[in-house]
Amino acid sequence: MAIDRFTGEHSVAFIRSEQLFDYARSKSLWYMAFGIACCAIEGLMHASGPRFDFDRMGVFFRASPRQADVMIVAGTVNKKMAETVKLLYDQMPEPKWVVAMGACASTGGPFREYPNVVLGVDQVVPVDVYIPGCPPRPESVQYGFICLQDKITKRTEERLAARRDRS
Amino acid sequence: MSDPRDDVISVGALAAEGTHSAGDPPAGIRRVPSGVDGLTTEHLIINMGPQHPSTHGVLRLLIEVDGEEVLAAETSLGYLHRGIEKLAESRKYHQLGTLMDRGDYVSGMHGEQAAALATEKLLEVTVPDKARYIRTLVAELTRLASHLVWYGTFGLDTGAMGQFLYAVRDREVLLDILEEISGQRMMFNYIRPGGVVADLPVGIEKKILDFLTDFDVHLEEHHALLGGNEIFQMRVKGIGTISREMALAFALSGANLRATGVGFDVRRDRPYDAYPDLDFDVPVGSTGDAWDRYMVRMEEMRQSVRMVRQCIEGMPEGDFTAKVPKVIRPAEGEVYASVESSRGETGVHLVSDGSPEPYRYHYRGPSLFACQVLEEILPGHLLADVVMMIGSLDIMLGEADR
Repeated sequence: MAIDRFTGEHSVAFIRSEQLFDYARSKSLWYMAFGIACCAIEGLMHASGPRFDFDRMGVFFRASPRQADVMIVAGTVNKKMAETVKLLYDQMPEPKWVVAMGACASTGGPFREYPNVVLGVDQVVPVDVYIPGCPPRPESVQYGFICLQDKITKRTEERLAARRDRS
Repeated sequence: MSDPRDDVISVGALAAEGTHSAGDPPAGIRRVPSGVDGLTTEHLIINMGPQHPSTHGVLRLLIEVDGEEVLAAETSLGYLHRGIEKLAESRKYHQLGTLMDRGDYVSGMHGEQAAALATEKLLEVTVPDKARYIRTLVAELTRLASHLVWYGTFGLDTGAMGQFLYAVRDREVLLDILEEISGQRMMFNYIRPGGVVADLPVGIEKKILDFLTDFDVHLEEHHALLGGNEIFQMRVKGIGTISREMALAFALSGANLRATGVGFDVRRDRPYDAYPDLDFDVPVGSTGDAWDRYMVRMEEMRQSVRMVRQCIEGMPEGDFTAKVPKVIRPAEGEVYASVESSRGETGVHLVSDGSPEPYRYHYRGPSLFACQVLEEILPGHLLADVVMMIGSLDIMLGEADR
């Protein structure tokens, strides 16, 4: 049972349970408070601040990886840090997503010539959304989260379409 | 049979005595017999960080606790080591600011300023008056922005949330101003050798003054909100006391040093840019505890507001940059230039061999020293106070790890 947005009347919506869960998940993406470097100020601090206020999108920070859905990799990952990033990713419960925020997390950024730096966090954990910028503005991060929400809500549809194509 | 107590590692041994080597794993449980009836308590080693919301970055602490009490602590750095010093050896002099921005990323202007001052010393150029004033203006605005981050997160460490939102509200306005001046919110790359990259935009003075008018009121509100809170005062007073001698022995600088009663400020004692022309006070604490550090930083913000006003009033006419070649090839030489960043003395030691790239580039950051002093001040406190002490020292791991 759902309330029609336009008529205000009660109506019936048909939806697959997977899609319903995905819809719910996309509206409560809790990210792990894990700031590595500069991007943490923009992507975690100002994002939860009063102007950008990711809270209204259901995006809010949790201190523990056990309670988080999304990991924002906000900063340069070096070889010492890579083990921790992998460990934290493994500690997050399924389903989970990773946002590579900024040039460093995507490719190594300005520090990619240094041998200690991992050339993109996708070498350590699977990444869903890459956000360019050094650092990206909070608006960019917001757009990245909207892309991630799209990706989550459409994944069941895409899976079904792929199954239809196979048969 | 030997007495088991001979094997006991005394209190504080982990950090102070150096009984562990790099080879043996520090994490584990040690059983320490205590009392006459042979009851044992377990000394637990807690690993805090690098993922911890209150370590302000990727600091890792190994804390040995007996119940709630911290017996010893050890800091583990290097989780953000990105080779800023080494990369600088393959950058042109104009490009050094890009790396310095990302070193101490909350107060980027000060890093750029240190790099530019060092390059100018090598080149022996004279910076125009207007450039000196613009630099001082943006440096003080950055100090306000940086101290607001410290203020917001220090409150978060104590468990308060509201002051963080107010601090970010003010910081957004500051970042708008800095963005209008430099083109970026955080990584400005605005201060270059010889001056600044662009003149101040038209009408920015009014925006800054409007902000300062609001901020005068907001700053007192901030102070009343956090510092006027009795719970906050109870939690920070007498916590993490650093003596004058310890601060000097650990080469602390900035507010951490001034809170202990040593009135050293690079802006006053080794003046650079427009600071000789400005009138400002250097706040000094007395006991060197977390409360003193809080009070010193709050007073520094008031002084920064004063300095920004003076910069705008006294802004001279003229060029915003000196004539500097596109590719800087300084003469052979070795210089050290330092600025007072939000955290203390940020210095650059630059060795040139006459080529367009530095031969050696050393970056002296104040947070590295503040991380070292944690090992000394943590023992004897409760576990819940650990985050308070980290917060009160205002460390920045990007700059400690380089």
